[in-house]
Amino acid sequence: MMMEKEFTLPSPGHSLSPNVNGPEVSTAAKPVSIKRTRRREILLAYACLAPSLLIFALFLFYPLLKSVYLSLFLTDPQGRVAEFVGFDNFREILASDMFYTSFGNTLLFIVLTVPTGMAAAILLAALTHNKLKGMKIFRFIFSLPMAVSVGTGSMIWMILYHPTLGILNYFLTLLGTQPVQWLTDPKWAMISVALMTVWMNLGFNYILMLSGMQGVSEDIYDSTKIDGSGPLRTFFRITMPLISPTLFFTSVVSVIGAFQAFGQINILTKGGPMNSTNVMVFNIYQDAFVNFRFGIGSAQALILFAIILLLTVFQFKFVEKKVHYQ
Amino acid sequence: MNMRLMPKSFIYIALLLGSLAVLFPLLYTLSTSLMSEAESAVYPPPLLPEAVNLSNFAKVIDTIPVLTFIGNSLIVSIAIMLGQIVTASLAAYAFAFLRFPGKTLLFSLFLATMMIPWEVIMIPNYLTVKSLNWLDTYQGLIIPFLATAFGTFLLRQTFLQLPKELFEAARVDGCGHVRVFLSMVLPLSIPGIATLGVYSFLNNWNMYLWPLLTTNRVEMRTVQIGIGMLQFEEMNSWNLILSGVLLLLLPSLLLLALGLKPLVRGITAGALKG
Repeated sequence: MMMEKEFTLPSPGHSLSPNVNGPEVSTAAKPVSIKRTRRREILLAYACLAPSLLIFALFLFYPLLKSVYLSLFLTDPQGRVAEFVGFDNFREILASDMFYTSFGNTLLFIVLTVPTGMAAAILLAALTHNKLKGMKIFRFIFSLPMAVSVGTGSMIWMILYHPTLGILNYFLTLLGTQPVQWLTDPKWAMISVALMTVWMNLGFNYILMLSGMQGVSEDIYDSTKIDGSGPLRTFFRITMPLISPTLFFTSVVSVIGAFQAFGQINILTKGGPMNSTNVMVFNIYQDAFVNFRFGIGSAQALILFAIILLLTVFQFKFVEKKVHYQ
Repeated sequence: MNMRLMPKSFIYIALLLGSLAVLFPLLYTLSTSLMSEAESAVYPPPLLPEAVNLSNFAKVIDTIPVLTFIGNSLIVSIAIMLGQIVTASLAAYAFAFLRFPGKTLLFSLFLATMMIPWEVIMIPNYLTVKSLNWLDTYQGLIIPFLATAFGTFLLRQTFLQLPKELFEAARVDGCGHVRVFLSMVLPLSIPGIATLGVYSFLNNWNMYLWPLLTTNRVEMRTVQIGIGMLQFEEMNSWNLILSGVLLLLLPSLLLLALGLKPLVRGITAGALKG
C-alpha cells in the first residue's frame, strides 16, 4: 500500500537535514528554506491530525482507561468512586447466573442473525446480479431496509407481532396453524427479535454482497459458460470463492454488530420474557443506567470488549486463511 | 452469479417474492397510516384502506412533537456529518500527502479506534458528558462523534487515487499545501466525500443508545428516542403510530434514494479494497 511505499523513500530517520526532502522541493530551494519547508510540513501534518486525535483522546482512549479504573471500584449513583474493590466486580460477574444467561443469549442472537442475514443477502444479490430489465428497481427495494433505523423498525414489528390483532398471527391462522406469542413466549421472543434484526440489516448486507459480486470480472463468467458449467455449480465453485473477501468482511462486521444489538431489544422485549432476550449490552445498560452500578457495568463492558477482540482476532487468524484474495 | 442460464421467469418470480418479503413491513406501514382509526382496529386486519385518509399525519403532529424530533435529528446528524468530513479530510490529507515522524504509529492508532465498540466506553463517556453539564444539549450529542477512523481511511484511499503528477506540478509552481488541499484535492474527491456524507448521516440519524442516555427533556429528543412516545401516547391507534413512523422514516428514505449510488461505490472502494 501507499503508506509503506512512502516510508521507503530515502529519508533517514525523518531528521530535518536538507537531503531528506522529497523531489518536489529538492531542486528548487536553498538548504535553509528547505529546512523551514520541511519543518512546516511536519507542523502542518500534526495540525491536520490534531482535531481527530483530540476527539479520539477525549472520547475513546480516555474512557477506555477510565473503564478499567471504574471496574476496580464501587461507585455511588453519581458515578463517583466510593471504594476500591480490586477484582471483586469481575468475580461477582463471573459468579452470577445472569452473566452466563446474557452471554448465551448473545451467542444465540449471533447464530440466529448472522448466517441467515448473510444467506438472504447473498441470494438476493445473486438474483439481481445480471443485466435483465428492471434490476435497478429490485436493487433499490432490497437496499431499502438500510433507511430503516432501529427505532422505526422496532415500532413497525411490534405492531406486526401483536399477539391477538397482529397481521402475522392473522396469516398464521389463515394457514391453519396456531397463533404464536411472538414477544411474550420465552421460546419465541429471541427468534422474533432476530427475524426483525435480519430484516433491518438486510439492506446493508445486500449492498455489500452486490458490490462484491460486481467486482468479479465478467470474463470469468464467460469462460465458465463456455465450459458448460451450470448456474448452481458456477455459483458455488466460482462466485463464492471469488467473493470470499466480501463474505469474510461481512461476517466480521455482522458479528461485531450483533454483539452490540440493543435498541430492538430495549423497545420490543426489555430483555424479557424471563430474561430470554437479555443480551450482554442490555445487561450492561441495566446495571449501569437503571441500577447505577457503574463499576460493575464497566467491568462487564470490558469483558464484552475482550470477547469481541478475541473473536475478531480468531476470525482473522483462522477464517481469513480460507479467503481467496485476487 | 451467472443467472443467464436460468429461465428468466424463474428469476423474476423469485425477485417478486423477495421484494414482497422485504417490502411487506413498509407497505403495511404505509397502508395502515392511511386508514381511519376504526379500520385499523378491525380484525381480521384489512390490507388496504378504504379511502386515502391523510388526517392521521396532521393528528400525529398535533399529539407528539414529531417536527421537533425531526429537527433535532437533522441538526445532530448534519453537524456530525459536516464535522466528520472536516476532521477526516484533514487527517486523510496528512496520511496521504505529508511526511512526518510517527506516521505509522499514528496510523495504527487510528486503526485501533475501530476496534473499540462504543458500548464498551459509553459509561465513562456518559460520566464525562454529565460532568461537563452537556446532558440534554446538542454539543453532548454531537462532539463525541466528530472524528471517524473509517472516514479517514475512506478519504485517504480516495486521495491516493488522484493523479499524483498534478500535485507535484502545482507544488513546483509554488502552490502551498493549504491551496493544494482546498482547490485541488477536495474538489477532485467529491465522490468520496459524498460517500462519507451519506454513510455518516444515515449512521447518525439511526443512533439510539447515546441519545437515549444523554437526553431526558422532550424538546431535546431525537427521532429514534422520540418515536417511543408513540408507544405510550397512542398505543391503541395503530394508524396514528404508523403514520408517525412513516413521517420519521421519510428523511432517511429520501436520502437513501438520492445517495444509494455513492454509497454502494464508496463501500466497495473503502471497505473492501482499503
